Amino acid sequence: MNEPSVVSAIAGVIRRDLLLAARRKSEPLFTLGFFVLVASLFPLSIGPEPELLRRVAPGVLWVAALLAAMLSLGRMFAADYDDGTLESIALAPVPLVAAVLGKVAAHWLVSGFPLVVVSPLLALQYGLPADVIAMLMISLLIGTPVLSLVGAIGAALTLGVRGGGVLVALLVLPLYVPTLIFGAGAVDARLAGLDPGANLSLLGACLALAALFAPPAIAAGVRIALE
Amino acid sequence: MIWGSAGEFLAMGGYAFYVWGSFLVAAACLAVEPLLVGARHRRALQTVRAERMRHEA
Amino acid sequence: MPSRLINWFRFGSPQSFYPLAGRLVPWFTAIAVLTGAAGLWVGFFVAPTDAQQGEAYRIIFVHVPAAWMSMFLYVIMAFWAGVGLAFNTRLSAMMAHAIAPTGAMFTFLALWSGALWGRPTWGAYWVWDARLTSELVLFFLYLGYMALNAAIDDPRRADRAAAVLALVGVVNVPIIYFSVQWWNTLHQGASVSLTRAPSMAMTMLTGMLLMAIAFWMYGLAVVLARVRAIMLEREAHTDWARELKEVGQ
Repeated sequence: MNEPSVVSAIAGVIRRDLLLAARRKSEPLFTLGFFVLVASLFPLSIGPEPELLRRVAPGVLWVAALLAAMLSLGRMFAADYDDGTLESIALAPVPLVAAVLGKVAAHWLVSGFPLVVVSPLLALQYGLPADVIAMLMISLLIGTPVLSLVGAIGAALTLGVRGGGVLVALLVLPLYVPTLIFGAGAVDARLAGLDPGANLSLLGACLALAALFAPPAIAAGVRIALE
Repeated sequence: MIWGSAGEFLAMGGYAFYVWGSFLVAAACLAVEPLLVGARHRRALQTVRAERMRHEA
Repeated sequence: MPSRLINWFRFGSPQSFYPLAGRLVPWFTAIAVLTGAAGLWVGFFVAPTDAQQGEAYRIIFVHVPAAWMSMFLYVIMAFWAGVGLAFNTRLSAMMAHAIAPTGAMFTFLALWSGALWGRPTWGAYWVWDARLTSELVLFFLYLGYMALNAAIDDPRRADRAAAVLALVGVVNVPIIYFSVQWWNTLHQGASVSLTRAPSMAMTMLTGMLLMAIAFWMYGLAVVLARVRAIMLEREAHTDWARELKEVGQ
C-alpha cells in the first residue's frame, strides 16, 4: 500500500467534510443566517440614519462575520471526536497536521467563504459604496481563514469539555483582536478614502502566521484530547 | 516633608478619591489573595487527611 | 564523573520541592513587605508633586508595577507551561496554574488603577489607550487560561491543554499589542497615552522600582504558596503527602 501523500490526505479530508456538510445543509445556512441576522440588528438598534450606518458598517459587518465563523467552530471536530473518526484520522499514516489542515479548510469552505459571498448584500443594506464593498469582500476573504485557523485551536482544546461552546469564545476572541483590527481597519480606510494597503498586508501577515503556527497547535490540541 | 498636615496628606491635593481608590484596592487585593491561598492550603490538607483515613481503613 | 554533579532535577519532584517552597515563602514575603514599605515611603513622602498632574500621578506607583507584573507573569506562566509540555513534568504545569490567578489579579489592578488615573487626568475612567486596551485583552487571555483549566476534569489533560493555550497566547501578546498600538495611532484623536513618561524625577523612578520589586516578591511568595496547595490537592493519594506532619495533627 503506497504511502498516501500529504496533499491527497488533505484533499481527502476536505472532500469528506464537504460531503458531510452537503448532506446536512443546515450548518452553512445557520452560519449565514446568523451573520445576516446580527448585521440587521444594528440598524434596528442604532436607527436607520444612513450616514451613521455607513460609518459603523465596517466594524459591525466584520464583528458579525467573526461571531458567525466562531459559532460553527464547535462542530469542526465534535462529530468526529464523538464517533471515533478523529482517533482513526490521528492514527492514519498521514501527519495529523495535514489532516487538521484539511478540516480547517473544510470548515472555512462551509462557514467562512459563504460569509464573503453574502457580505455585499449586507453592505448594500448599510449603504456602502461599491469600492468599499469590494474591500469588505477582500478583507473578509483574507480574514476568514485566519478566523478558522485560530478558532480551530480553541475547538481542539475544548473537545469533549463541558460548556465547550462558550469556552471556545472566551479562548478565541482575544486571539481574534489583531485580525479584527486589520480587517475592519482596511474597510474603514477605504471608506475614509485612505489607502487600505497597509491594513491588508498586515492582515495577510496574520494569515501567514496563522497558517504556519496554528496547525501544529491544533494537532497538539487534538492529540491531547484523544489521550 | 511635602505634606503640611495629616489632613493635607489625606486630601492628596484634591485627588484623594482617585489615589486612595487605587491604593486601597491594591492593598485589598494584596491582602485577600494570600488569605484565599491559605484557605485553599487548609482545604488541601483536609483532602490529604481524608485520603489517609481511607488509606488506613 | 565530576563529584559535584548538580542534580538539576532534585527539586523537580513535588515531594522535594514542597518543603523548599515552604521555606522560601516567608523570605519572599518579608522582602516584599520591606521593599513595599520603602516604595510607599518614597512614593508619598519623598517624590515631589508633579508639575502637570499634581498629586494624581502618585497612582503610577501602583499602576505601572502592576502592569509590568501582569505581562511578566504571563510570560513566566507560558514558560512553565512550555516546560511542562516538553518534559512532561507535572510540577511545571502546577507552577503555571499557580501563576495564573496572581497574574489576572495584577492585570485587574493595572486596569483599575489605570481607570482611576485616567479620570482626573483625561476626564474619563476608560481611555482607549493602546496599553490599557492590550491590558484588557491580556486579562481575557488569563481568564481563558483559567476557564480552560477549570473546565477539564482530568488534571493531566488540563495541564497540557492549558499549556498549549498559554503558548499560543504568549505568541499572540506582542501581536495583539502591536495591532492595538497600530489601531490606537490611527484613531489618535480618541485618546492620549496615559504615561507620557513625565520627566521622571529620580525619586519617582526609585519609588516605582521599589514597588515593582515589592510586587515581584509578593508574586513569588503567593505563587509558591499556591503551588504548595495545588501539590497537596494533586498528590493527596501519595505516601509523602500523608506522612507530612502538617497533616498529622
